[in-house]
Amino acid sequence: MDIFLQQLVNGLTIGSLYALVALGYTMVYGVMKLINFAHGDLVALSAFVGLTIYTQVFGEGITSLIAVITVFMFTAAVIAVVGVLLERLAYRPLRTAPRLSAVVSALGAGLVIQNAIMLIWGPNMMIFPSNLFPSTIWNFNGIVITFTQLMILGLSSVLMVGLYFFINRTKMGTAIRATAIDQDAAKLMGINVNKIIMIIFIIGSSLGAVAGLFIGIYYRGVTFDMGWMYGLNAFVAAIIGGIGNIPGAMFGGLMLGLFNALISGYISSSWAETFTFVLLIVVLIFRPTGILGEKVAEKV
Amino acid sequence: MSEKLLEVKNLHVSYGAIKAIKGIDLYVNKGEVVTILGANGAGKTTTLRTISGLLKSSEGSITFDGKEITQVPAHDIVSLGMSHSPEGRRVFGTLSVEENLLMGAYTLKKHDKETLNWIYKILPRLQERKMQLAGTLSGGEQQMLAIGRAIMSKPKLLILDEPSLGLAPVLVKVIFKAIRDISESGVTVLLVEQNAKAALKLANRGYVLELGKITHEGSSEELLNSETIQEAYLGKKK
Repeated sequence: MDIFLQQLVNGLTIGSLYALVALGYTMVYGVMKLINFAHGDLVALSAFVGLTIYTQVFGEGITSLIAVITVFMFTAAVIAVVGVLLERLAYRPLRTAPRLSAVVSALGAGLVIQNAIMLIWGPNMMIFPSNLFPSTIWNFNGIVITFTQLMILGLSSVLMVGLYFFINRTKMGTAIRATAIDQDAAKLMGINVNKIIMIIFIIGSSLGAVAGLFIGIYYRGVTFDMGWMYGLNAFVAAIIGGIGNIPGAMFGGLMLGLFNALISGYISSSWAETFTFVLLIVVLIFRPTGILGEKVAEKV
Repeated sequence: MSEKLLEVKNLHVSYGAIKAIKGIDLYVNKGEVVTILGANGAGKTTTLRTISGLLKSSEGSITFDGKEITQVPAHDIVSLGMSHSPEGRRVFGTLSVEENLLMGAYTLKKHDKETLNWIYKILPRLQERKMQLAGTLSGGEQQMLAIGRAIMSKPKLLILDEPSLGLAPVLVKVIFKAIRDISESGVTVLLVEQNAKAALKLANRGYVLELGKITHEGSSEELLNSETIQEAYLGKKK
């Protein structure tokens, strides 16, 4: 039982990170019908940018709430700008091209970002300082929760609830949903589709940036090619939840995180990846549009 | 008194190598209802999509309310006072009826409560179903929604593409009644219709489009009484 509860905590932590990254995939897919394969590499880039801001600007020794907030804000801003540039340079010229061209462009853009990280920060693993967050640990009858885990769970929840309300309750959010349904009809409402796509990339990249920083803080070691692994897991989470579906990405991320943690706890962590794809295959066989699926209300 | 709200001059539109519109001229005066008739594939929808900026013309000019809009993107044309209810209704299926209407008012800082209430008055079915997802409405209700959504932006010119297509006769009447109400409220209407008779009854003037060219134009009475039009579009035999 202890293992179960402990892995529940660990799984929800990892799952929140997957969910944050999965939201970036699913939002871009929802509006553009494009899998942004470079998204995972933006997550990796975020960890390196954040680490540099922290060590260069604040110096490793100093920790304060303001320093941490600044690192998060600046990193998110930088990654949002990179995300917008990515769309302008790699995807917008291919907006009317066949779908496959844009996917290849996405894979290429991912490689460019990955190699840029390697050229700037080098091929070796870099280590995040351990003092960004207090090392407080809570122990409930053997079930351990760290301060970092609590921050990950808390901030991710706030961001996801905020995003849900933004998408479902605001005029801009409704315009985003309308654009995802029918771009031409959206234009006829006076919606600037390019602006909507830019907003999507700003939101998706910022959420990915938060995840990237948390990955650095939680796991400490970051490598230039780690975006691939986190990106792939989050992409699987988005598909499991139902790609294009925002609550689906949140659900898929949390579910995949829990599933991974339980496999690691009860079987072996080296099998976790394998089971991820077994789960994906099973979901795709029984629910090809994902567990929550694409929202459909078309009358034939 | 007849001030031109919309003027299209020598418009050419191509899809790749295929010329769909081969130099048409038309105008719509303020307060008029003008209809464009024509067979499938004549270029009616292409003409409308080019006017509202969804397609780019290869030649010619479009002037709206004294402003050249040939190169203006579709989303900016809406705030100039033109609204286009597209062929096939194109309502946002997974948005509620009310959300669809509010999207119609996207260009306004705040949607106009009076306009919304007025739409609910002339199309009461929409009010009954306002919380329902648009995709679950019947075809006729979706058409009502598409028209209501288009007038939420308080346009000067309302463009309607085949509003009665595929609807039961009783619903066609409701739709045409609504268009008449909208026209009488002071909105200029450009209407493309396959129901030529109903369209000409409602319109002041009409154009006949054949294979990308305008072959006839005139007042509605002239067109209704013309033998060629009667044979080709009104189903009358000699």
